[in-house]
Amino acid sequence: MKKKIKLNDSNLLLVITIVIFTLMYLGAIIFQGGGFTKPQMFFNQFNNNAALIITACGMSVVMITGGIDISVGGVVALVSMCCAVYLDNPNGNGTIGGSILIALGIGIAYGIVQGFLVAYLDIQPFIVSLAGMFFARGMTTIVNTAPFNVENEKFKALKLTKVTIPFIGSINKKGEFSPAYVEIGVIVALLIVILLFVVLRWTKLGRCFYAVGGNKQSALMLGINVRRTKFLSHLICSTLAGIAGYVYFLHVGSGSASHATGMEMQAIASSIIGGTMLTGGVGNIIGTLFGVLSLSTIQNIVSLAGLDQAWWTGITIAAMLGIFLIIQSVVMAQRKKA
Amino acid sequence: MKKINEVVTLLLLLSVLVTGCGSSVVNGKKDNAGEGNDAGKTITVGFSQLGAESDWRNTNTQSMLDAFDGDGYTLIYKNGQQKQSNQITAIRMFIQQEVDYIVLAPATETGWDSVLSEAKEAGIPVIIVDRRVDVADKNLYSCWVGSDFELEGRKVAAWIKAYTEGQGIDPSDLHIVNIQGSLGSTAQLGRTRGLANAARENGWEILAEESGDFTETKGREVMTSLLKRYDNINIVYCENDNEAIGAIDAIESAGKKVGSDIKHGEIMVVSFDAVNEQAIQYAREGKISCIAECNPLHGPRVKALIETIEAGGTPEKFNYVDERIFSSVPDVNVIIVDGITYTVDAPPETQSAADASSSG
Repeated sequence: MKKKIKLNDSNLLLVITIVIFTLMYLGAIIFQGGGFTKPQMFFNQFNNNAALIITACGMSVVMITGGIDISVGGVVALVSMCCAVYLDNPNGNGTIGGSILIALGIGIAYGIVQGFLVAYLDIQPFIVSLAGMFFARGMTTIVNTAPFNVENEKFKALKLTKVTIPFIGSINKKGEFSPAYVEIGVIVALLIVILLFVVLRWTKLGRCFYAVGGNKQSALMLGINVRRTKFLSHLICSTLAGIAGYVYFLHVGSGSASHATGMEMQAIASSIIGGTMLTGGVGNIIGTLFGVLSLSTIQNIVSLAGLDQAWWTGITIAAMLGIFLIIQSVVMAQRKKA
Repeated sequence: MKKINEVVTLLLLLSVLVTGCGSSVVNGKKDNAGEGNDAGKTITVGFSQLGAESDWRNTNTQSMLDAFDGDGYTLIYKNGQQKQSNQITAIRMFIQQEVDYIVLAPATETGWDSVLSEAKEAGIPVIIVDRRVDVADKNLYSCWVGSDFELEGRKVAAWIKAYTEGQGIDPSDLHIVNIQGSLGSTAQLGRTRGLANAARENGWEILAEESGDFTETKGREVMTSLLKRYDNINIVYCENDNEAIGAIDAIESAGKKVGSDIKHGEIMVVSFDAVNEQAIQYAREGKISCIAECNPLHGPRVKALIETIEAGGTPEKFNYVDERIFSSVPDVNVIIVDGITYTVDAPPETQSAADASSSG
């Protein structure tokens, strides 16, 4: 019975997130017009944030299980640097497949180490992933100090590949119809969203994540292997960070130690806006997706409104987080009373 | 039953979202038609600045904001916070916003092919400022505005040459150290090349070249260690003002005197940028003997280029901003580089005075 209520809480917060996002976007279309009336603007929210969507999904899984992982931004930077060095090596024999294996390898290795430390040695996930973050950033600089671009032809072709969306588009300045498109990374991100949604909603493992995050003691009494569940949540998160690193790399086409700085915080913010609670046990992947979209949309609204300085973006995100948290806690309190 | 209800609500909400997007297509078309009619009324410029890391950069941003303030122009400014991915996002937003021009001060030289070709497909001309972009197809941008860093270096070298010849100092008695900028940056490469070529031609001795990363702290650190290593340094070539301030501090702490009288044991400091207030003050006092200006005021120049394009003209591909050279040492009045004569100006009184004189 308890589990059922938890799932309902998740759904309620999801609905709130989607409604707010929809209102925000419609508001932008009505009041700001311009770019927001074009479908490509909507798809750009995906194009620019494919990597963030993937990391935020992993973050949600860890947060639902009651943990946190702040190493994801570092992993993204490390993956993009390693892949860049591999693909750009002077022998010219770097292949796309090899670089994807590197990305997955780094992600999985990170997941195993961090997951083991958190689940089996009972170290605070914050501390473990803090160390992980420093390690990843440091390693990125050791692999290569200077930022550089990849000149591998096959990679460049893959980077430029766009998936056009039929029948949706807009007329550009020259009067030609330009169809809307998404990058390959977006397809990957959406597949991951769907996959995780299914896992969390309809599999035993998914229910275990919620149970462990909701109440570790009762999960233990229900016979759930708490350690294994925690381990798997970190494994999923770091593997996704590896994939996100590749998607990010595909988006910018370069390796740099300053890539994805602060991405972990954006991922946490997106998860919270999407209705995932830091206390664990509550959350939804679709909500996280909308959390990312809300974050990037509000940034666009802010800069198009002429609030051009960088700190305005930060302040708006802070305000938005505050509003979402208040709405969430008010709604949850109301429900408990009812 | 309850679950089905939830699913239905969810679907309804999603459909609201989808119809929201659907109607936006229609709106988009209407809007375009409307914009077509009143084209030429106000010109919208999207400006993607790479960040706000230095005094020079902030002055550069302010110049753009001032140039496009009112007067039939709207400027959308976006700070990239030193990240190329932010700049890509900004340019894509400008494209969707259908700005008339995009001005880009790129964080890196490479990796712009795809987003610039999107701008080209959308029919939006792109003007690059400051650093250059390295793209396979040079037609992806209309033109570039910025500084000729090597010329700056050569100007300072020409000043040193004119001054020392005037003083009757033998070229082989010049012992120069070069405190370089961040290695690999366009400014560092150009300024180092300018000095190195002049040293080779004139037979000057370059004792050391070491990077001070364009910062005061690093400049002080490098100068301190250089003074310990060499006791015959008489010219310090700093590749920006901040390094010069640090270097002067180091020289004075070591008990030596800074100035242009190198015959009598003073150490001469020359520098670049002339944006930092303190460095200009030092130049007035003669602590910095000579500063080659690196003009951050790109705004008026970019505006002029946009006016050229608006009038149907094709601007020059590479546009160098006018840059002066300052010195409070009275002996040298003009220098000649490549047959062009440059007057050596007195250091400006205040920064705002410098702004007024160069924008006029």
